[in-house]
Amino acid sequence: MPAPAQTRIIFQHIDEPGYTNDLACYVRHGGYEVLKKAVTRKPEELIDEVKKSGLRGRGGAGFPCGVKWGLVDRKSGKPIYLIVNADESEPGTFKDRYIIHQDPHQLIEGTMISCFANNVKQAYIYIRGEFPHGAKILEKAIAEARAANLVGPNILGTTYSCEIYVHRGAGAYICGEETGLIESLEGKRANPRIKPPYFPAVLGLYQCPTIVNNVETLCHVKYIAQHGGEAFAKIGTPGNTGTRVFCVSGHVQRPGYYEFPAGTITLGQLLNEVCGGPLPGRKLKAVIPGGSSAKILRFGERFKGKRKVGAEMVDYDWGVEDVPMDFDSLGMIGTMGGSGGVIVMDDSVNMVEALANINAFYSHESCGQCTPCREGSLWMKKITTRMVHGEARHEDAALLKSVADQIPGRTICAFGEACSWPTQSFIAKFGDEFKQYPETKKTAKPAGAAALI
Amino acid sequence: MNLKPETLSRIDEVITHYPEQRSATLPLLHLIQEDIGHIPDEAIPWIATKLGLQPINVYEVITFYPMFRRKPIGRRHIKVCRTLSCALLGGYKTCAAFEQEFNTHLGEVSPDGEVTVDFVECLASCGTAPVVLIDDDLHEKVDAAKAKQLSDQIKAEAAQRR
Repeated sequence: MPAPAQTRIIFQHIDEPGYTNDLACYVRHGGYEVLKKAVTRKPEELIDEVKKSGLRGRGGAGFPCGVKWGLVDRKSGKPIYLIVNADESEPGTFKDRYIIHQDPHQLIEGTMISCFANNVKQAYIYIRGEFPHGAKILEKAIAEARAANLVGPNILGTTYSCEIYVHRGAGAYICGEETGLIESLEGKRANPRIKPPYFPAVLGLYQCPTIVNNVETLCHVKYIAQHGGEAFAKIGTPGNTGTRVFCVSGHVQRPGYYEFPAGTITLGQLLNEVCGGPLPGRKLKAVIPGGSSAKILRFGERFKGKRKVGAEMVDYDWGVEDVPMDFDSLGMIGTMGGSGGVIVMDDSVNMVEALANINAFYSHESCGQCTPCREGSLWMKKITTRMVHGEARHEDAALLKSVADQIPGRTICAFGEACSWPTQSFIAKFGDEFKQYPETKKTAKPAGAAALI
Repeated sequence: MNLKPETLSRIDEVITHYPEQRSATLPLLHLIQEDIGHIPDEAIPWIATKLGLQPINVYEVITFYPMFRRKPIGRRHIKVCRTLSCALLGGYKTCAAFEQEFNTHLGEVSPDGEVTVDFVECLASCGTAPVVLIDDDLHEKVDAAKAKQLSDQIKAEAAQRR
């Protein structure tokens, strides 16, 4: 079956010749018309549209946006904050970069609509420190919008006022975790907070109710305010509505970003047709489908079980290529859709070395407050690095697994899972390669194999 | 601490963005680092006084975030992405090429004082791997040959200055 055509909602103007990131260009393309209409509606109506849309957060967890908004404590009398999570730190993910750099007003419009819907008077865009130009572009765009009475006091002649400020991070992955982000925005180390009992929707920034939404999610809100929740829910598949931006990187002919109705494209179509398949003379070996924390898939493995299609339960028997790229299908086969970052590896890659690379990342990025994660991520890095650069032992696979198995569920935030899933899944899927590594090391590497650690 | 008047006015402005002054810790560190090139020791009590904090509150933030540095670096900062997508397409070679071009090691100031080369984690441009951030500018698909080309450019600019 041929791959479906791209449906570019969020990335409609990305890379469009002549499209610039200033207000005039955005307005020429119909920009801020949705905000103008939105401020004439009741905020509750807008929240209802988002609930009806079934929009799921695009930052990684896929949590329904309307539910998140519904949890906000509106009775406390405290101000409600909205934070745009523009930390984009999950390896393999690079979609928000293009929205911020090329279409910042789309994000600002989506943010202002979301703020209006939730009676937010102050929003912050938390942008990763490694986007210095992105921060400047956003600041300029906000200034333009403020000058045009679209952001700031009494927007568009209404009594509604809302400020947006840009806040830069400084190179810490954990700031993508929403409570770590809040700590960071409060001027502290980004140590995530214990939850439950209190979630940011009740006690967030400055102990006030806080909404944290991903950049892409807020752009979807703009579309939903424009076309209605029902229209949005018609795109994609039930439970996975709207479009999804996939970021493909690694060993394919045409890496890049591609936007499709959610759940309508399979991993095989995405990699082989859209991205042109493996590099010449190579075969696809493995793929991480949702950012580097997602569990790896091995080409050649099969997934069987029952799934719900409409009201019926039907059998499925999928190869990696057959898996629909949606939150639920990827969850069913033991991995996740995450942030949409698809990292592809071909047969030149040794899995021990690839894992060593990922482990070095997580060891560097652990915030250090929970012992299992701080020590475990370090030991997983030490073991895999030793295997590559020092002595490799046959028992290393079992040792790695024993370390990885002691981390998840024992940490304050999901980083514990994120850092252990790669090791667990690499060993589950490529255990032989780990056991054989002492011998493999003595043989020549495949031509063109890159150093990974 | 000798900060430019512009930096001082930006510092005063940015503090107004937050209902609690402590939030301005990261922005102040960025502004000072942009002005001076690194975070000198005296910046710690200075920021603490400015924001009504204890020096430890500032110090613990500096040591947590990788982008803040305590020592001067070379004139240009070359940050090569180390993470998986870039490594798969030759990021390690790219990094080695920069080190070789400037006869330096990771994290050190090159002998000519022109650059500091660092290997950093994911820069979120995995589709154009391997990527390199030189000061504020992102360079895409930087293989060893393009690394040489970028190095030559930096060297030529340096020669012109002398």
